Amino acid sequence: MNHKLVAEDLTLFRGERCLFSGIGFALGVGGVLALKGANGSGKTSLLRALAGLIDLEEGTISWDGRPVLDDPQQFRSQFAWYGHRTGFKHDLTPLENLRFDAMLRPQRDSSPRDVLRSVGLEKQMELPMRLLSAGQQRRAALARMLIADVPLWLMDEPFTNLDIAGREFVETTLGTHLARGGMAIIATHMALSLDANLDELVIQ
Amino acid sequence: MWNTIWTFFHKLASPPHFYRISAILLPWLAVPGYLLVAWGTYNGLFTAPEDYQQKDAFRIIYVHVPSAYLSMMAYMVMAISAGIGLIWRMKLAHAVAAAAAPIGAAFTFLALATGSIWGRPMWGTWWEWGDPRLTSELILLFLYFGYMALRSSIGDTAKADKASAVLALVGAINVPIIHYSVEWWTSLHQGQTLLAEGGPAIDTAMLWPLLANIFGFSLIFGSMLLRRLRTEVLFRERRKRWVKELALGGQQS
Amino acid sequence: MPGMIAAFVATTQRELLLSLRRPGDMLNPLVFFLMVSTLFPLAVGPDNETLKEIGPGVTWVAALLAMLLSLNSLFMSDYEDGSLEQLLLSAQPLPVLGLGKTLAHWLVTGLPLVIVAPIVAVTYRLPNEVIFVMMLTLLLGTISLSLLGAIGAALTVGIHRGTALLSLLVLPLSMPLLIFGARTVALAANNEVYSAGIYFLAAYAVGALTLAPFATAAALRISNE
Repeated sequence: MNHKLVAEDLTLFRGERCLFSGIGFALGVGGVLALKGANGSGKTSLLRALAGLIDLEEGTISWDGRPVLDDPQQFRSQFAWYGHRTGFKHDLTPLENLRFDAMLRPQRDSSPRDVLRSVGLEKQMELPMRLLSAGQQRRAALARMLIADVPLWLMDEPFTNLDIAGREFVETTLGTHLARGGMAIIATHMALSLDANLDELVIQ
Repeated sequence: MWNTIWTFFHKLASPPHFYRISAILLPWLAVPGYLLVAWGTYNGLFTAPEDYQQKDAFRIIYVHVPSAYLSMMAYMVMAISAGIGLIWRMKLAHAVAAAAAPIGAAFTFLALATGSIWGRPMWGTWWEWGDPRLTSELILLFLYFGYMALRSSIGDTAKADKASAVLALVGAINVPIIHYSVEWWTSLHQGQTLLAEGGPAIDTAMLWPLLANIFGFSLIFGSMLLRRLRTEVLFRERRKRWVKELALGGQQS
Repeated sequence: MPGMIAAFVATTQRELLLSLRRPGDMLNPLVFFLMVSTLFPLAVGPDNETLKEIGPGVTWVAALLAMLLSLNSLFMSDYEDGSLEQLLLSAQPLPVLGLGKTLAHWLVTGLPLVIVAPIVAVTYRLPNEVIFVMMLTLLLGTISLSLLGAIGAALTVGIHRGTALLSLLVLPLSMPLLIFGARTVALAANNEVYSAGIYFLAAYAVGALTLAPFATAAALRISNE
């Protein structure tokens, strides 16, 4: 399916401060949009606004030509969220966490076990989450994205707490996602080395 | 027709426009309000006859009844405007809710205080748990406190508006339930309260001053609300150009 | 629709699993309940008639406070570890997920109180028929308290030191439950007709079940902005 995300004339206030105004972009299949800008410039806020977590002052976001505010529930089934915090329960195992996540949005056929194995957490999948290192928890968060059957990935600083191998792993995973017709919006201050349709949006 | 009304409200909702209109409206509420209350209070205290049972003590109803009425009225104003603000994302409506809460709490307190003073000669105590009205007023005061505490503990105005609006709506659904449950609770005791005012036998010389005070207090409530709302709007729009111009220019055109 | 029910069940299951991993959190409100109930005989004196008189009220107040105590953590850890974000951004309706969490809260906090309440009631010299009525009122009342408290917990979730505030918001709203709950038990103790209170509590629980999840969901979205 040929999905398209279009944002026009976005303006966002946080309290009194205007973070950005008049921002727009269009994202198609296989495309990546990197949100750039200094710390506190509003990268994360823009990402949260795109996901519908915060209200925009002005502007429209449309998915496949329909404003997402018309049916936010429908739009939420189109993306997966990779947040600053992993969103896992530390007392549960990666497997239990992932099984719960499987209920939240459309899923691929692959089992949570297989996906955890593919991100290199074979040995840790039955351990409580709190025993995993920060990097391993990030990999588990990546597994959540992989198992979801959604076209759009929204990622907030996916490279923090990762070593070089981990970083390459994120990029490969992203590459696979894009190759099978996905798209992604990534807030990051790192340069992305991706063999894809890469756009940048710099927020002043 | 609808378009005209819609445009009017839309214009009214724009802060600078509201600020100008409210300045014109303010004396039309305040002056008749204070005149009515002056007339009602004078007649209530001097021309209305003595109650055959309560003697002069009953005269506190000229303050107590309007306050009790407005304590509920203010909550309704607060909840309805909170609902409007939440559903139609109207910022001015949120400001109305924010402005109404402290006034409502003040009237609730006044109703409690006068009720308690009245209770002293009537029941011989300052507080009577067996009276359903006083008890529901007290719970209403707690509801106002909760609302104001929630609002003040959220720093971001827009977020505070929305969160407190949800609380106001939940509270509005509960107010009748609280009232009903307190009535049920006290009905289990023997002997009804003396506070049952009204009834068919009330003398018109007693009634007219009371009605004047209820109406006058309502107008004063309106003017207080408007006054607080003007301050609230100025504060919320303090970074906007029209407020700066107003502050620097002194006179408004 | 089937996805929605599955998500509801999965949410409840996850919460129950989490409680099992941390049984202390489950026991604290219970112990608190028992302790508060112990305070009153110590303060009022061991006179049987007085204890019998205050028993229904004390049990209800203690249960109310124990419920309040546990409410603060309902959404707090979800907020801190980011799993609340995942719930908010899920394709499943948020009221359903919130209801799943509330059900789990009631199962680990409310239901144990109902089960333990007879112990307290016996020490207050309440007769067996009255204890049955007490359990019934607590059963219905704690359901409403969980639902009502969830709204308060959702409103205060992002607020630093929100516990006192939460009580301030939820206590006035829960007073009708206290009135009907405690008075119904007292009426039963005096051999009077008490069915009105039971009907009221049941109606309140149904109303709360219908409306509260939506208020909770709205509050969660606002708090997470």
